[in-house]
Amino acid sequence: MNKYTEEDLKKELQNQEYEFGFYSDLNSETFPIGLNEDVIRAISKKKEEPQWMTDWRLDAFKIWKEMDEPDWANVNYEKPDFQSIAYYSAPKKKEKLDSLDQVDAELLKMYAKLGISINEQKRMNNVAMDIVVDSVSVATTFKKTLGEKGILFMPISEAIQKHPELVKKYMGTIVPKKDNFYAALNSAVFTDGSFCYIPKGVRCPMELSTYFRINEGGTGQFERTLLIADEGSYVSYLEGCTAPSRDENQLHAAVVELIALDDAEIKYSTVQNWYPGNSEGLGGVYNFVTKRALCEKNAKVSWTQVETGSAVTWKYPSCILKGDNSVGEFYSIAVTNNHQQADTGTKMIHLGKNTKSTIISKGVSAGKSQNSYRGLVHIGSRADNARNFTQCDSLLMGNNCGAHTFPYIECKNNSAQLEHEATTSKIGEDQLFYCNQRGIDTEKAIALIVNGFSKEVLNKLPMEFAVEARKLLEISLEGSVG
Amino acid sequence: MLKITNLHAGVEGTEILKGINLEIKAGEVHAIMGPNGSGKSTLSSVIAGNETYEVSQGEILLNNESILDDAPDVRSHKGVFMSFQYPVEIPGVTTTNFIKTAINAKRSYLGLDDLPAKDMLKLIKEKAALLEMDRKFLSRSLNQGFSGGEKKRNEIFQMAMLAPKLAILDETDSGLDIDALKIVANGVNKLKNENNAVLVITHYQRLLDYIVPDFVHVLHNGKIVKSGGKELAFELEEKGYDWLK
Repeated sequence: MNKYTEEDLKKELQNQEYEFGFYSDLNSETFPIGLNEDVIRAISKKKEEPQWMTDWRLDAFKIWKEMDEPDWANVNYEKPDFQSIAYYSAPKKKEKLDSLDQVDAELLKMYAKLGISINEQKRMNNVAMDIVVDSVSVATTFKKTLGEKGILFMPISEAIQKHPELVKKYMGTIVPKKDNFYAALNSAVFTDGSFCYIPKGVRCPMELSTYFRINEGGTGQFERTLLIADEGSYVSYLEGCTAPSRDENQLHAAVVELIALDDAEIKYSTVQNWYPGNSEGLGGVYNFVTKRALCEKNAKVSWTQVETGSAVTWKYPSCILKGDNSVGEFYSIAVTNNHQQADTGTKMIHLGKNTKSTIISKGVSAGKSQNSYRGLVHIGSRADNARNFTQCDSLLMGNNCGAHTFPYIECKNNSAQLEHEATTSKIGEDQLFYCNQRGIDTEKAIALIVNGFSKEVLNKLPMEFAVEARKLLEISLEGSVG
Repeated sequence: MLKITNLHAGVEGTEILKGINLEIKAGEVHAIMGPNGSGKSTLSSVIAGNETYEVSQGEILLNNESILDDAPDVRSHKGVFMSFQYPVEIPGVTTTNFIKTAINAKRSYLGLDDLPAKDMLKLIKEKAALLEMDRKFLSRSLNQGFSGGEKKRNEIFQMAMLAPKLAILDETDSGLDIDALKIVANGVNKLKNENNAVLVITHYQRLLDYIVPDFVHVLHNGKIVKSGGKELAFELEEKGYDWLK
């Protein structure tokens, strides 16, 4: 593959096809391509991991080799060749940094381009960030404030070394190694991600935030996030990502595990803006993610996601409502344009009594894209008085896109109350003309209509994220109505 | 203000307007009446710039400048407002947010900064009072679940906010009971002055009791077949349209 040049960058920025499509020339160290036990051992060694972790990875690799790539999702793509991916890429080793001033200037420039001024964020938004670039965390901020509360927030690799008891106890319990093909792969080769632990009764005083970014041509990114909210604690976690443009498909297979112990509450918000491929459907990220939460007694987990990126998305943030009176929520906006394909939704597994779940899914399809909602509501035999409310709305733009809904309901308890509502609508010429007549041009009109359509979900996002999300929705749909 | 000469327009090759001539001066109220299918709504859509219709001949001048090449949003910025017969619903977008977006789009066109939130709110309050609108409507999704009367009132509220030079009221009386009709007409009358003009498009004379026109034109088969003063409206009410065909 040819090196991505400044000229290419300029061109890309000019035609604005992908607003965040630039490439930073970080001094990277990349493993040769391919996957075998030696590569896994090398990753583990590179990360200075203890033996138990190495063994855990090798076990996952064995499981993965026996598995087949799933093909039930409503997406079509060329299956990645797992032997042609480099499984490790890290900015050249530098000593640990205490302040942002010591961070690579290139890197800071990159964040500035994304409109994320870290200093600004720190000062104005009260956001602590654990920055993940190309699989290795470069800087961690606000550690002190969090430390005073006893909150642990660090790269997962650091947690493996410093808090093995917690990692050992929880990792792989919510998403087991053999859960699915990509989860198994992730378990074998994950290189970084975040770890977070909120102690008993502690309310995390700030939104925790991580920015992920794929940066090296041809490297897959395998993030692993483990978040534990101990009894009676509360945390809001933000995850947002963008990735530079390139012609080759990139694989992203993350695993996120959330554990909400008795009376704990976790809010997990995602803005996903991986490179979606160009208007011809070339390139773009494959986003195969497993996200799952466990809720103990009276616990609550809310997933909120704004999905505008990736060529192919396969993602079902789920809740296992194990404890009595636990609550699961899923709020999602998925926007697909051009040739994007998204198969996304959730699973709400009601096991405990009086468990409640809410699913609000909004899909916007434009261009030649395909947008599917796939959701499971499962009511176990002991889940007395379980309640679910599901609402799936689809908005279509133009005549060449598709919206699909695949709701699955399994109910084994007669006392359950389940509701499912679904609507499909189209942005009409009459709506656009009406807006035009009032002086609102077509592009703004679409943004207005889509924002209105997505309002219930956008309202669930933390303030600063909501602004970014709105901007993203607009960018993603630029030029979608001719 | 508005000068239409020999306007021919249609949709997909079918001509609907067959040579319209019409001149409206500032400070005037004109009414266009005519039976169903005579081209009344087409005329309003064409003036507003609806791209469904194709203009094959003729000219539309607004303040001596042709607006035929202008997109509908530009025509709006230049002062054309149309109250829709069937206002659309936009779920999740409040009336306040919608009108705010419209006002600021116009300001941006004129090279002005966004109207400060405080001033916007003041303006909204003032205009809502003019239309005797319950302010609850302003925080509801645009036209969603509104009754016919509420929708029309909302149209005139937007007109009040945007303060157009030329207001076209397309069948504003349809779906209104007499009380709502009075409020809407009253609103229009309060907004009228010597610098703007109103074009009322209606099937019935009823609305013209409240918005009194200076001129009445009868549209039939895509042409204005008769023009006169307000007494023409009464004549039409009495005799129907057949005698003009």
